[in-house]
Amino acid sequence: MSIAARRQAAAPWLLVGPALLLFVGVVLVPIAMTVLLSFHRWGQFTGIEPVFVLDNWIEVAEDPYFSEMFLRTFRISVIVTAAAVLLGAPEAYVLHRMRSPWKGIFLLIVLGPLLISVVARTLGWALLFGGETALVNLALLRLGVISEPLRFMFTETGVIIALTHVLVPFMVLSVWAALQRIDPRVDDAAVSLGASRVTVLWRIVLPQAVPGILGGAIIVFALAASAFATPAIIGGRRLKVASTLAYDEFLNTLNWPLGAAVAVLLLIALAAIIIGANRIVERRFAQVFE
Amino acid sequence: MSALTLEGLSKRFGSHSAVDGVDLSVAEGEFVSLLGPSGCGKTTTLQMIAGFVEPSAGRILLGGTDLAGVSPSRRGLGIVFQSYALFPHMTVAENVAFGLEMRRVGRSERDRRVRETLALVGLSGFEHRFPRRMSGGQQQRVALARALVIEPSVLLLDEPLSNLDAKLREEMQIELRQIQRRLGTTTVLVTHDQGEAMALSDRVVVMNAGRVEQIAPPHEAYERPATAFVASFLGKTNLLRGMVERRAEGSVFTVGGSDVATVEAPPGPCVAVVRPERIALTAPEEGLRGTVAARVFQGSHWMLHIDTQAGPVLVIRQNTGGAVPGEGEAVGLVWAEADMALRSEVAA
Repeated sequence: MSIAARRQAAAPWLLVGPALLLFVGVVLVPIAMTVLLSFHRWGQFTGIEPVFVLDNWIEVAEDPYFSEMFLRTFRISVIVTAAAVLLGAPEAYVLHRMRSPWKGIFLLIVLGPLLISVVARTLGWALLFGGETALVNLALLRLGVISEPLRFMFTETGVIIALTHVLVPFMVLSVWAALQRIDPRVDDAAVSLGASRVTVLWRIVLPQAVPGILGGAIIVFALAASAFATPAIIGGRRLKVASTLAYDEFLNTLNWPLGAAVAVLLLIALAAIIIGANRIVERRFAQVFE
Repeated sequence: MSALTLEGLSKRFGSHSAVDGVDLSVAEGEFVSLLGPSGCGKTTTLQMIAGFVEPSAGRILLGGTDLAGVSPSRRGLGIVFQSYALFPHMTVAENVAFGLEMRRVGRSERDRRVRETLALVGLSGFEHRFPRRMSGGQQQRVALARALVIEPSVLLLDEPLSNLDAKLREEMQIELRQIQRRLGTTTVLVTHDQGEAMALSDRVVVMNAGRVEQIAPPHEAYERPATAFVASFLGKTNLLRGMVERRAEGSVFTVGGSDVATVEAPPGPCVAVVRPERIALTAPEEGLRGTVAARVFQGSHWMLHIDTQAGPVLVIRQNTGGAVPGEGEAVGLVWAEADMALRSEVAA
């Protein structure tokens, strides 16, 4: 190989080098270290022992306490995803149909909350749910929807409501992007063939928005399952999910290896679900949308 | 009775008049083209017929019934869009069947009609394909089948061939014409392509700036353009400013001081419209004198750009194998009275 050719072959590596080093340094190495950590032993008095044992994994697998946490995380994520679809998809369609000045204004209103820290937004919900005023309960009581105050703080309901609010913009964005790609003439074609407005929405628009809905669902599910701030504030110590569980093992119990096992399990479960879902979506829609 | 009638149809967007008093009557089974440059109002006219745009004034009659207030889904028109607008999530058969489904046609009859219509457009065997997996020409045929299967009272075609390459476009023109003849469907085509309009239609409606310039069979519009716009829009043409002079032996049309053709017309300044293929080349000292500025070979014919005293003139010579003057050569141009349209210029 000539020097010029060798230099040419090296060029791509030199160009991606810095980004690759950063990725390896701040993503791959910590993950590898966490995985390794999950196989170490921890003792009340001995601290972390750098040995290779399966103790933590066996504990996570056998103790029903952990399976309850993971099941709860999964349940919350599924419900939040479903709620985000039900709220976000129609919201995106309404936005899509709006006329020019309003479209931009309302898109900003929908996406605006993303500019505010999740912690601030969740604390807002905490004020609405609990505290002295408990505005949500007050409103529901006054409206006659409920006869007794509901418990929102430290319950799954509260976490689900707050998480849905935090994550709905991602669904709106994803569905909106899918709707933008639709040729507006396709609606006209369906109408000219005798379809009513409802039929167009159900048979023409919705099926074309499905890839956007599924894409948004994957994003929302992943963010809900790995969310920390919202379950930590609304759920607190009483209602733990996988991420707050790992946090507690690390920082309260100081059992780092067990926390690492929980974190790694969450990562693996999420990756498996997302890759699996993506596979199904791709296989189902490869023929239709490219 | 005419199948489709437009009466004083107008559309204003603010102060801008997109369509201005269009009158048109399309006979049963006729193929009519709305032809004009972009922004001439032809597409807006089609959109008003389809019902997607509300007219500002005028009436649209379909088989004698006023369409005002009739929703586009109840007009029963077949529409082929420029972008095809196929349903990307449905197979070819599902696309074509959609209109029949909306009409609650039974499954067995629906299947039969989908099959027949796909055979008509030459797409048998493509039933289970998705549109994205088909070429532009095939998608075009699906769109046509989808519009035809509902047996529309009028078929509306909005620039249906403009996304196809030249060779395919020609094939589709012939096929479209054959299908239309066979079914006898009243058809309105919108196009900016004068060749397409002339190849397909029984009559062309030449539009400019929202107004109708001429409604005539293609041959007539080409040979006897009603306005200078029609003359320049339909095919290549030469506009020559000259004089009709009365002589002892009769009237003669002169351009730049040279006699070109004997005519029967009142004397005075005139504009002559002459098609480039009707101009004959003669000896350099006869007729309108000029020199060949450029000679372009086009296979079946030569195009000669000739500089004359009256400005540049385009001449088309059939490639019959004979000699053609080269660039820089002096030539004379003559043509017969029958080959030009003369309009006297008022106060020129």
